[in-house]
Amino acid sequence: MDSSFFFGISTMAYILAMIIYITYLASGKKEIGIAATTVTIIGFISHTLAIGMRWKEFYDLSGMGFLRSVPLTNLYESMIFFVWCLILGYLIIEFKYKNRSFGAFVTPIAGLALAFIDLSGMSKEIQPLLPALQSNWLLAHVMMSFIAYAAFSLSFSTGLIYLILTTERKTESAYIFWTFTLGIFVTLFFLMGIDFFTFRVAVKPEVFIKSYMFRSSFFNPSMVVKILSWIAMIAIIVIVWRYGSVLKMVMDKFGISAETLDEITYKSIAVGFPVFTLGGLIFGAIWADQAWGTYWSWDPKETWSLITWFVYAFYLHSRMVRGWRGKKVAIVAVTGFVVAMFTYIGVNLLLSGLHSYGDIK
Amino acid sequence: MEQEKNKTFIDKIWDLFASVKFAIIIFALISLTSVVGTILEQRAEPAKNIQILTRIFGESLAPTLYNIFDKTGFMDMYHSWWFLTLLILFSANIVICSIDRLPRIWKMIREPISPLTEEHLEKVSIKRELVVKGKPDTVKDFVTGAIKGAGFNYNESKEEKGYQFYSQKGSFTRLGVYITHVSILLILIGALIGIFFGFKGFLPLPEGMSSSVALLHTNSLTRTEEHEKERILDAIWTSSGSISSSSATLGMDENTLKAKMHKYGIQPLGFTIRCDDFDVYFYGNSDMPKEYKSWLTVIDGTKEVLKKTIAVNDPLSYKGVTFYQSSYGMMPNAQGKFILRITPKFGAPEIKQLNLGERFVIPGTTMEGTIRDFSPALSFDKQGRPITYTEMMNNPALFIDFKEGGKGKYSGWILKRHPTTAKLPEGHSVEFIDLWGVQYTGLQVRKDPGVWIVYLGCIVMSMGLFIAFFMSHRKLWVRIAEEKNNTKVIIGATTNKNRAAFEGKINKMITLLSKRDAETGSAGRRKVDG
Repeated sequence: MDSSFFFGISTMAYILAMIIYITYLASGKKEIGIAATTVTIIGFISHTLAIGMRWKEFYDLSGMGFLRSVPLTNLYESMIFFVWCLILGYLIIEFKYKNRSFGAFVTPIAGLALAFIDLSGMSKEIQPLLPALQSNWLLAHVMMSFIAYAAFSLSFSTGLIYLILTTERKTESAYIFWTFTLGIFVTLFFLMGIDFFTFRVAVKPEVFIKSYMFRSSFFNPSMVVKILSWIAMIAIIVIVWRYGSVLKMVMDKFGISAETLDEITYKSIAVGFPVFTLGGLIFGAIWADQAWGTYWSWDPKETWSLITWFVYAFYLHSRMVRGWRGKKVAIVAVTGFVVAMFTYIGVNLLLSGLHSYGDIK
Repeated sequence: MEQEKNKTFIDKIWDLFASVKFAIIIFALISLTSVVGTILEQRAEPAKNIQILTRIFGESLAPTLYNIFDKTGFMDMYHSWWFLTLLILFSANIVICSIDRLPRIWKMIREPISPLTEEHLEKVSIKRELVVKGKPDTVKDFVTGAIKGAGFNYNESKEEKGYQFYSQKGSFTRLGVYITHVSILLILIGALIGIFFGFKGFLPLPEGMSSSVALLHTNSLTRTEEHEKERILDAIWTSSGSISSSSATLGMDENTLKAKMHKYGIQPLGFTIRCDDFDVYFYGNSDMPKEYKSWLTVIDGTKEVLKKTIAVNDPLSYKGVTFYQSSYGMMPNAQGKFILRITPKFGAPEIKQLNLGERFVIPGTTMEGTIRDFSPALSFDKQGRPITYTEMMNNPALFIDFKEGGKGKYSGWILKRHPTTAKLPEGHSVEFIDLWGVQYTGLQVRKDPGVWIVYLGCIVMSMGLFIAFFMSHRKLWVRIAEEKNNTKVIIGATTNKNRAAFEGKINKMITLLSKRDAETGSAGRRKVDG
């Protein structure tokens, strides 16, 4: 039994938990809710074990200090840790707010993410550390960054659900905003799926994500396909916009109060922002100062994390100083996460710079 | 009249800078321009960015767009005047926003807490009530005990039917936001000090060479300028950093030389740094680098004052200048020395420095070897023929011919990374230690007197954020009043943050009080029974 066996168990547990959570919401029986939580916790324990085992494997292999062997050095490992933080954050919320309905949204994200990581064939090999990564700051910097990303993604989901629940009219800007965002997410996910089935078989997994992402759509050599992809995206956005009310009706059934969502959005950001500032920006700067001789070099990753920081700083100020509540701040929270995700993945895929460890390789 | 007008103008500016809207505009401008800066590669060759622009906008638009971006400073935008202006506006915004709001906050901090009237107490956000046995004077002690237990130092005021205790904690935490703002300013001030009083340069230093200057980034130079720069560098290197003797060699007066050095980004260090050796270590048999190491010596005046082996994440500092391991490479056309360690079967090891084609003898024997060939990265193709797979020293190997008593014996490759190849059948060993003098170490050189202010700013920011997010200003009022020979306890409280935690604490107080009440009650009953 190695770490991937346990990752498999957690993947299945999370997907099973999603089904039980939905059954719970439909039936409202307390026992089913407890079962859902139990399965999630089992998945989480197995997930934790798997990370611990990978840590140990890396430690044995690299011959480096225990703290430097933290399994957070490539995209595969970082995404697994990201999902782990997400589930942890959800469990905390479940126990604090005594509300399970949210689990029906988080567990499928976790399960699908783990399954995607597995299917995409991202390099699972344990690779030795490049000289620049051999530092004790690795643990603090990377781990805290991902805790912050997970907190931000929680605020994203609650913010998005908040918008879905509270918007009424199709002409309302908040309604247009969330349908547009969701439309783009759905499109990108769908097109990545097409890429996957078109190229994944033919090319090595290492090259797939780096060079073949959106090759069957936006980056296709043929102009016709390119234009069709854009039309498809617009069509999907319009469909989401047109039938957004259906989603709202479904969401209404879950019985989550808008105030709770607003509060969880704020609380997640209130945790994510200081953690991101300290672990992502400050520790990152200190480490860069040691490794590269400059604490800030306007490297794309640094610049994008600063932009992320600005967006969340704006969220906090608009809430505290201007007293914004509800839809307006929810829009900011959703935007913040889109920027944060670009900082995490987009920068490595699209821009070049010093910070290229997150590459798929 | 004139003054009045002036004042309103300044007021307007002040209001503009104090507004959140202005902050948003600055945030947005910094963010949007930065996005452009992450797409266009900064300080890169023009061809590279034209290629990027072509990929995004197509071939026809790219050259025009390149010119526009180039003229507006986007090719080195983080050092452009307008980006600096944005950062200054950002700081001004933070300062003025803070000053604008500070008096109000300061008042809230300094304001002593006072007892509340009954109807005010009704309106506070957190409220609990409970009735306990006994008159106010008897329950007073354990009520105040509970307040102390919750961590509050209280004031007391006598009221008509009882007492009121009131207290507040953490009023200073309202400053957390301002501490965070100050920290941003500290970081920006530290950065400015670094820009004006420090430098960031590069130094490619070949093994065995020393330098008393570092090279800074300059605008692109013409060919004649490039040539002159080389001449000046040569003069400085040969005179080991002395400006006066270099100016004599070059036939320039010292001031002209200094001006030229400034123009060409030649930055004197104030001492000399020498690279004694450089080496790369790899993981196992792979080409994945594990460690880059440079052995450096600092020479101040004529004395060697400091020796250190640096690696990535482990730099050397001397007199405020820090040297970081940043890159490495091969010197074109360099003649290096092969360093061999020769250990006869019965005898002590001996280190030899040899050239290509040179002969060596294994001490105490008639065996001799000749270095016939060298490969920086030896590998074998499918047919088993030796090939060099990269020009970098990834797997250095020597081909050596061995003879004994003048007769050819055998020949073969000795690889630096594979010590087993050093063993000869006779029991002697010929180890390939290094090819010395052909590699250079790429050092990042930095002097930054402002870095400590930046670090201080980081510490202050961590504290500020902690206070701002995890500490709160809590107020507590507890009123005890006689009600039908018992005492009614009313607890009122407010907090500016994290209400749930404070409510939890107050609920604990209530449980404590009701528990005490139950205990004293039963004790009283027992007395009656007895």
